[in-house]
Amino acid sequence: MNKRFQIAHREAWIGIGLALFNFIWWFGFAYGLGGRSMEEYSYIWGLPDWFFYSCIVGFVIMTFLVWLVVALFFKNVSFEEEGDSE
Amino acid sequence: MNWAVLIPLLLFLVLIFFIGYYASTKLTASTHFLHDYFLGGRELGGFVLAMTMVATYGSASSFLGGPGTAYTMGFGWILLAMTQVVTGYFVLMILGKKFAIVTRLYNAVTLVDFLKKRYNSPAVVLLSAVSILIFLFSAMTAQWIGGARLIESITGLSYNTALFLFAVSVLVYVTIGGFRAVALTDAVQGAVMVIGTLILLVAVIRAGGGIPAIVQSLIAENPNLVTPYGADANLSAAYVSSFWILVGVGVVGLPQIAVRAMSYKNSQSMHRALIIGTVVTGVIMLNMHLIGVFARPILPGIDVGDKVIPLITLHVLPSWLAGIVLAAPMAAIMSTVDSLLILVSSTIVKDIYLNYVKPDASNKRIKQISFGVTALLGTAVAFLALDPPDLLIFLNLFAFGGLEAAFIWPIVLGLYWKYGNKWGALFSMISGIASYIFLHFYNSAHGNLLDVHTVTLPVVLSLILYIAGSLLIERKEYHFTRQ
Repeated sequence: MNKRFQIAHREAWIGIGLALFNFIWWFGFAYGLGGRSMEEYSYIWGLPDWFFYSCIVGFVIMTFLVWLVVALFFKNVSFEEEGDSE
Repeated sequence: MNWAVLIPLLLFLVLIFFIGYYASTKLTASTHFLHDYFLGGRELGGFVLAMTMVATYGSASSFLGGPGTAYTMGFGWILLAMTQVVTGYFVLMILGKKFAIVTRLYNAVTLVDFLKKRYNSPAVVLLSAVSILIFLFSAMTAQWIGGARLIESITGLSYNTALFLFAVSVLVYVTIGGFRAVALTDAVQGAVMVIGTLILLVAVIRAGGGIPAIVQSLIAENPNLVTPYGADANLSAAYVSSFWILVGVGVVGLPQIAVRAMSYKNSQSMHRALIIGTVVTGVIMLNMHLIGVFARPILPGIDVGDKVIPLITLHVLPSWLAGIVLAAPMAAIMSTVDSLLILVSSTIVKDIYLNYVKPDASNKRIKQISFGVTALLGTAVAFLALDPPDLLIFLNLFAFGGLEAAFIWPIVLGLYWKYGNKWGALFSMISGIASYIFLHFYNSAHGNLLDVHTVTLPVVLSLILYIAGSLLIERKEYHFTRQ
């Protein structure tokens, strides 16, 4: 039980870490770039730059990171009690 | 009557019906009826798990209300909507393997089961069951009304006929197939949602002459539309960021979502669902809200937000294709309603009837009761939706944020903090709901306190009271054991 819980706890912390990173990226580009006066915006694929980086690149990066942490750090554990040693 | 739109919608309903029927054939052979009917036998694979989470979460507001607001507010509202991408991975990672292991250890079928065994307190059970019943029943009615209005507006059927059509189709497959039917139809509905948004986005961009042209017209109309601050420059960074709680991380506390985190088969399903769920949530939210904003120069002057998506779809697509695309918002509504229906039914059957009325009911009796309660609930909701009482509409205002503030800490800290106890849980739930309702009135009268969404402070308050209650009264370490 303890071993499986340790794995679960570590993965939950990874989830909190990802969400924090996600928030900082989203907020930083949205209000860092988007906070300039509107005349200074540049446009990528026709979209305002702050939006492009915050929402489109941000989404792609989060998808990549979720894939990465699942591939690297997430472990397969049994949910049943068999083979359980305290 | 618009038959070209109506026929694809009807075909979609027939497809959904057959999936429900298929799920019900699996039920008849069932030896663990409760597990099967209310939890799909804990055998969801990664794709279905991801889709049912996204589809349950994505509702009328993601497909009609949200894009409608984006139409008025501009890019700032897409920014706000994109806070929801976090739900795609956060809920499953946080509840994660611990919730899956513990709920199996407890043999829990519902969220209330988990709370009952974790806190060992009838007061916690009753309070959580009653809040689920009251708030989700009203949320269900509101979605039901949304579904009927949508059918009414795109097909030309009368509201009552539309409601009848909608109610019968949902009722039948949920009642006969249970949670498995809900999850499988959610998977199809989720796929329809993704495909529908993709088709519509491409069509809207083409109709507008490309993204640069659309954005230039937006700037020409009102430059604020392309800033993060909204058309009237009144969306503050603090307000938009507080949606990270309401529609982002706080979603962990929604019972209809949390119950899905106990329904999957194994850790591989969870891993796959994390990736699929993130992609699908992001694609749906980004596309739908972009469509809302892009619709503005193409069809200016729509003053009812909910009509933006139906009107722009009928405007930019031939009607047969519009029928297929408009199956997407209908799928979003159905997949939310079906999950709420089975959840409310499980609360009545498992958490109230079997806990307090007749704990020794036979398998056959449980079956009859389960089918009966589900069918009866659905019928009651449909009748209420014919002429919705003000009380229901009123309660629905608190359904989302109020339940989050009530449940997030008893669930999350109950799983991860050994000192969490029933006093903490009780204080947390009561303070969460009460302060949410109070603050709702305060904010509507005086503007948002501290400039953040109503949900923010109740979530903080219920955290403080959870910790205080657990440490100050009957403080004791808790360890998970088989029950």
